[in-house]
Amino acid sequence: MTGKPRRAAAGTRGQGEGAATTGKPRRVTVTSPRTAAARRPRHPLTREIDEQTRLGEVYMGSLVRTQFRLALFVCTLLACVVGGLPLLFLLAPELREAELFGLPLPWVVLAGLIYPALVGGAWLYVRQAERNERDFADLVERR
Amino acid sequence: MSQIAAVVLVMLATVLIGAFGIRVSRTTSDFYVASRTVSPLWNASAIGGEYLSAASFLGIAGLILTFGADMLWLPVGWTGGYLVLLVLVSAPLRRSGAYTLPDFAEARLESMAVRRLSSVLVVLIGWLYLMPQFQSAGLVFRTITGAPPWTGSLLVAVVVATNVLSGGMRSITFVQAFQYWLKLTALAVPLAFMLVAWWSDGTPGLAPGDEWALPLHGREHPVYETYSLILATFLGTMGLPHVLVRFYTNPDGRAARRTTLVVLTLLGAFYLMPAVYGYLGHVYGMPESDTVVIALPGRLVGGPVGEFLTALVTAGAFAAFLSTSSGLTVSVAGVIAQDILRGGVRAFRVATVLAVLVPFALAGVARSLPVATVVGLAFAVAASSFCPLLVLGIWWRRLTTAGAMAGLLAGGGLACAAVVITITGGPHTGWAGSLLAEPAAWTVPVSFTVMVVVSLLTPSRVPRGVARTMVRLHTPETLNVDRGDWRPRFM
Repeated sequence: MTGKPRRAAAGTRGQGEGAATTGKPRRVTVTSPRTAAARRPRHPLTREIDEQTRLGEVYMGSLVRTQFRLALFVCTLLACVVGGLPLLFLLAPELREAELFGLPLPWVVLAGLIYPALVGGAWLYVRQAERNERDFADLVERR
Repeated sequence: MSQIAAVVLVMLATVLIGAFGIRVSRTTSDFYVASRTVSPLWNASAIGGEYLSAASFLGIAGLILTFGADMLWLPVGWTGGYLVLLVLVSAPLRRSGAYTLPDFAEARLESMAVRRLSSVLVVLIGWLYLMPQFQSAGLVFRTITGAPPWTGSLLVAVVVATNVLSGGMRSITFVQAFQYWLKLTALAVPLAFMLVAWWSDGTPGLAPGDEWALPLHGREHPVYETYSLILATFLGTMGLPHVLVRFYTNPDGRAARRTTLVVLTLLGAFYLMPAVYGYLGHVYGMPESDTVVIALPGRLVGGPVGEFLTALVTAGAFAAFLSTSSGLTVSVAGVIAQDILRGGVRAFRVATVLAVLVPFALAGVARSLPVATVVGLAFAVAASSFCPLLVLGIWWRRLTTAGAMAGLLAGGGLACAAVVITITGGPHTGWAGSLLAEPAAWTVPVSFTVMVVVSLLTPSRVPRGVARTMVRLHTPETLNVDRGDWRPRFM
């Protein structure tokens, strides 16, 4: 139920963007019959996905892989920072006693700087994950 | 006296705001999930309010005061856990349509057995989390009135039960959002006054040669315990029943991600403060206890202002007891009502009483450990059971019913055993003591390994609808694709 109106809304937005770049209010269809045939395939990609054809599976697999690679990248980065800090304190004991802004360095990092870093990482992730989804939606619907 | 007034005020406010929600909750679906009409900032505030328990409000500062810098990892992990949750779980979980962990297990693995096992784990984690909330409510109540600890526990238990019974999730959402901002204010305002007092005292610092502030210090096996704590907190957050239920109130997967981002920001702001309380507590030589947050403002700022600030932190502490306990009670009661009793609003009411009564009884008999330590154990159990289930369930098509069962049993079972031994028999010493007190470093790998190996050995038991489920979990809602017809049963 909810899919259809949203899809229609996405289509309208696409037209709006087209209008902004060309300066025309509406998209004009090119009238060659061959082009029209190419623009409207008998099997839209969403149907390939619905019917679980091999093509549909390939597209779904690519979406899951892209998102998983992004997630894994963020997790690896996080593991390096979070797992690396105790290791750093273990291997370089002088860092435990170092001071920054008159406060112990471990405290400045663990009770302060790490929080904005986490929020920044999360923000970048959300941006990229939404971009991946938009790309996938464009790929599947623009056929 | 002003402290008692503050406690009464918080309780009244909680009950009144809760009662306001009654008018809105009419059907069962409303009763549980507020019909998904909650906006992102409200939702994020509610998650924050629900999440910041007595362990965060009182416990972290107490543990930092006792053990020093290694305990700084506790709030870092409790915030960073949301980053792991965000990248691995949030959007797909919302898209799954599940509103509890057992729902997710059923939707993904198409198995009632896995669902039931998940229900048992949800109830166990919920009770393990609730018990120390009631215990520290008793402790704080004794500190301010001198009454025996069970009276404070009983007071909180009764208010929570009344609140959940009367309003359901809708009222809980309002209450929780209010509680986050109350807790933030209750910690920030006294802190500002205390920093001024500290400044005018000539900013006293640590004595030269004081080893308290050094990391990897103060416990028996600090390196192992630090890493185990990191693993439990970063991976356990996603497996907490009262957190996941909130994701259902987002309209779609994209909103779920954005809500998580806001949650991370709100928590980061809050968790900057407990460490400062711990630091000041050490500098001013406060006794090592969970009540340092309550005692510190009066110690640094005297007179009527000090008394007002003490009343404010006490109010914040009770907000913490009430909010987390309410959220956990809703989740535990929902699971008991749906999977153990026969379902319906009446079963939910019986289940609510059960959900509160058992941890209340446990709080009376169990050995009293620092609140953040016990909550840390709940995280370890969640990290060793639901984290592998969610991560593998969302990203790995070859997860099988048998694999999920085996992993939940092995990881969850071992972690629960470690918890029981630690709480009933402890404190143990030596390596055995460390391994039992911080079990995540070995139970999480065991759980993941068992889940993967058993799944690979039973390839015939991959759920039939896995392809459709993957479409459902990962495609953005704007696409018009077939997502299958699984719906959670609203009893």
